[in-house]
Amino acid sequence: MSASAPTMKERQAALKGLGTSRKRVEDARFTQGKGNYVDDIKLPGMLYGDFVRSQHAHAYVKSIDTSAALALPGVIAVLTAKDLEPLNLHWMPTLAGDKQMVLADGKVLFQGQEVAFVVAESRYIAADAIDLVQVEYEELQVLVDPFKAELPGAPVLREDIADATEGAHGPRRHPNHIFTWEMGEKEATESILDSAPVVAEEMVYYHRTHPCPLETCGSVASMDKVNGKLTLYGTFQAPHVVRTVASLLSGIAEHNIRVVSPDIGGGFGNKVGVYPGYVCSIVASIVTGLPVKWVEDRMENLMSTAFARDYWMQGKIAATEDGKILGLWCHTTADHGAFDACADPTKFPAGFMNICTGSYDIGTAYLAVDGIYTNKAPGGVAYRCSFRVTEAAYFIERMIEVLAIKLNMDAAELRLKNFIRKEQFPYHSALGWEYDSGDYHTAWNKALEAVKYTELRAEQAEKVKAFKAGETRQLMGIGLCHFTEIVGAGPVKNCDILGMGMFDSCEIRIHPTGSAIARLGTISQGQGHATTFAQILASEIGIPADDITIEEGDTDTAPYGLGTYGSRSTPVAGAATAMAGRKIRAKAQMIAAYLLEVHDNDVEWEVDRFVVKGAPERFKTMQEIAYASYNQAIPGVEPGLEAVSYYDPPNMTYPFGAYICVMDIDVDTGTTSIRQFYALDDCGTRINPMIIEGQVHGGLTEALAIALGQEIAYDELGNVKTGTLMDFFIPTAWETPNYTTDYTETPSPHHPIGAKGVGESPNVGGVPCFSNAINDAFRPFGLTHTHMPHDHWRIWQTANKLGLHD
Amino acid sequence: MTTTTITLNVNGKSVETTIEPRELLIHVLRDRLDITGPHIGCETSHCGACTVDIDGRSVKACTLFAVQAQGSDITTIEGLGDPDKLHVLQEQFKEHHGLQCGFCTPGMITRAHRLLQENPNPTEEDVRFGIAGNLCRCTGYQNIVKAVLAAASEINGAADKEATRESAA
Repeated sequence: MSASAPTMKERQAALKGLGTSRKRVEDARFTQGKGNYVDDIKLPGMLYGDFVRSQHAHAYVKSIDTSAALALPGVIAVLTAKDLEPLNLHWMPTLAGDKQMVLADGKVLFQGQEVAFVVAESRYIAADAIDLVQVEYEELQVLVDPFKAELPGAPVLREDIADATEGAHGPRRHPNHIFTWEMGEKEATESILDSAPVVAEEMVYYHRTHPCPLETCGSVASMDKVNGKLTLYGTFQAPHVVRTVASLLSGIAEHNIRVVSPDIGGGFGNKVGVYPGYVCSIVASIVTGLPVKWVEDRMENLMSTAFARDYWMQGKIAATEDGKILGLWCHTTADHGAFDACADPTKFPAGFMNICTGSYDIGTAYLAVDGIYTNKAPGGVAYRCSFRVTEAAYFIERMIEVLAIKLNMDAAELRLKNFIRKEQFPYHSALGWEYDSGDYHTAWNKALEAVKYTELRAEQAEKVKAFKAGETRQLMGIGLCHFTEIVGAGPVKNCDILGMGMFDSCEIRIHPTGSAIARLGTISQGQGHATTFAQILASEIGIPADDITIEEGDTDTAPYGLGTYGSRSTPVAGAATAMAGRKIRAKAQMIAAYLLEVHDNDVEWEVDRFVVKGAPERFKTMQEIAYASYNQAIPGVEPGLEAVSYYDPPNMTYPFGAYICVMDIDVDTGTTSIRQFYALDDCGTRINPMIIEGQVHGGLTEALAIALGQEIAYDELGNVKTGTLMDFFIPTAWETPNYTTDYTETPSPHHPIGAKGVGESPNVGGVPCFSNAINDAFRPFGLTHTHMPHDHWRIWQTANKLGLHD
Repeated sequence: MTTTTITLNVNGKSVETTIEPRELLIHVLRDRLDITGPHIGCETSHCGACTVDIDGRSVKACTLFAVQAQGSDITTIEGLGDPDKLHVLQEQFKEHHGLQCGFCTPGMITRAHRLLQENPNPTEEDVRFGIAGNLCRCTGYQNIVKAVLAAASEINGAADKEATRESAA
């Protein structure tokens, strides 16, 4: 007798589909050093580009003398704005509707700005040559404080648009003012603030920082003059967008441009934008007819390609005496640097900052954001968050704590009192969003129980007593955070970047022997797409994930998509994958019915096959169907088994989470020690729990970095003070704690598989959680709020100001 | 620019290359010898992505000139394991999800390899301290630490079995 047929459960397990902690298929390459990152690309005859950069934050460029550099053997060309001007490439459009200099056109506006591009036979010669380019500057008054931008006597930064009273996002009231963006009800909110029994007020600053992926940005451009085709390899989180932008800028027809994102060594938003280095490598390749590589070093990365945050958020929150929140008011001063290059959907100049009512049922709210030019690097990218969502979450989670102090209430209880209730979903927020699903009370209570919250508070009270009695020099902080994310941008009706709608795509081909390849418009930067998207498909079409190849990043083969950032891959491309799978299944059903000699409606799907209803012994597996689809003439059905789906999401998704951090602080040294970090995430349907956990660990560590020390700091002359990894804090294994992860699962009602996305949640929720722990430790000593980053020196200063060193 | 010829023993193979004396070892490995496993993440010796093993010590290949490595035995990630038989650390990094974007991974594994030679029975604290010269932006280290500890116990388990077999024989 033959071995018995596998059970349905065994067949299900063999697929390694949704919910499986499938090991990653990417790892074999990466662990053996066989990744293929942009700097690994080496083409015959390849030249190397390097930038001459401005040491000044604000200056006129009087002259550029390239003769000595050009005389150096091995130097092929030196490009300046004058060389780019005839091609109309000396400026380029930004993602935010502004424009940015590719190379300094008459003046420089931030330290590290690109002034000239040297092209040489080796990276060493290029580095030698940049020192030989003589640039004469005339220094100008520098503006680093956005609050001084509109004062009399402030220098005008953007002389190119000084007289423009209208910008990409409406009226401008001053040459250094970019836009004002308003949401919600101003008068109604202010009237609540006037009459409410309790109003708490605070200025919450989320400092400037940088995504700093371990791999910096770079590109290799190769113009093949024989067939007129440009190939551009680079660190692109959105390769298709880069192709379209490159075509519009260069005039090269889009079908003659192939953009390839090879393996990407982390992105975190840094690799969404289009940078001068990409443009210069393209121009240099067109000029020389040879491939040109440009890869920035770490200092260039921290100084010039993007930044994140830099939001000054003035908040007012109104409540009843027993803690019911009545209204929220926020005015944000957004420091955008020298060019408005924020990577936000066009209609949202401050991203989704209007998610700042957070997890709470706040009936009335008002938000205004003023964008301001300063002499700092352009960027404003979403560093591991969906468009300014981390700023919003930090703001509301600090305001809740500030309100709790004013009310003399426990902050956990205040949150419970104000959460949007489960039955209120879909919930329409006062600032314009429709939250898809959530169960905040369940998540919050689970978190409080997991950490034994009541006991922690008792211990903290004991510790305060001991401190006051002189028995210890340590304080204990309990950081709380309940965040709501908004990800998966987004519905084309209101989300576009440079006019390109933010759908995404998947194209599937089933091979005759029943394995498959799927291509997507997204690009992994460590998220493990090759692993997880195959799992989505496995569950949809019954082919084992191990038999499905996932390919991304080559615009010649992948369907058009808007790329990977803002936790949009799973919500948008993941949905496209499921929908394309369903198209495959629909065709497979017709083929199965034909093969089984029954009507289409007489077969039903079961894990990996269609079975005849009521006769389970009669079935056709997906493998059998695939073979027949290519090799058997089936009346009325085209040969082959392929599908493509372009998915325009009906709404965003709203992942949420409950985080609690327990921290010990040494008052005399300002050092911190994280005793415990509990992270509960609800990202809807869970595709691969192992990868989710990994994403949470990583995001929390980036949050730790931001909250406890990482910043891009400038002095008053606009010099970058944190331009290397010596000064720019990245936690090592030594400073990083172990995290406890947990979950609840509230599927998104509108997503085909109910998934919401998770990559950015831990950063969005982690930053306020760490910061709240620091603030909480000092609450018993009279502190209401202290700004991040909470490095040892600032913590020591806080303790000192509170008289704890007396 | 004057050049000089050096001989390196890289991953068990003797290679000769003519270079400028100022060239950093990481550039010689990557650009001249096409050994692209070690990566460049900072060029200031902070990140450890370029970590290689030189004569039994972990070295950040951006910290020294290639001429300083004249005559040395150099092991890079390419010298650990092979596609048919991965090194136990490579296996355990996969098993415990100790990598995401993969950029720090070659340096991290090369460092962990040396750490386990220096200290075959590390505690979690030893591992955290021992890999603190290698930055990772993706994983938060928790699973890397797990992978290194698992590799240590697998190596030790195999060594114990070997010892038992020998004493029985």
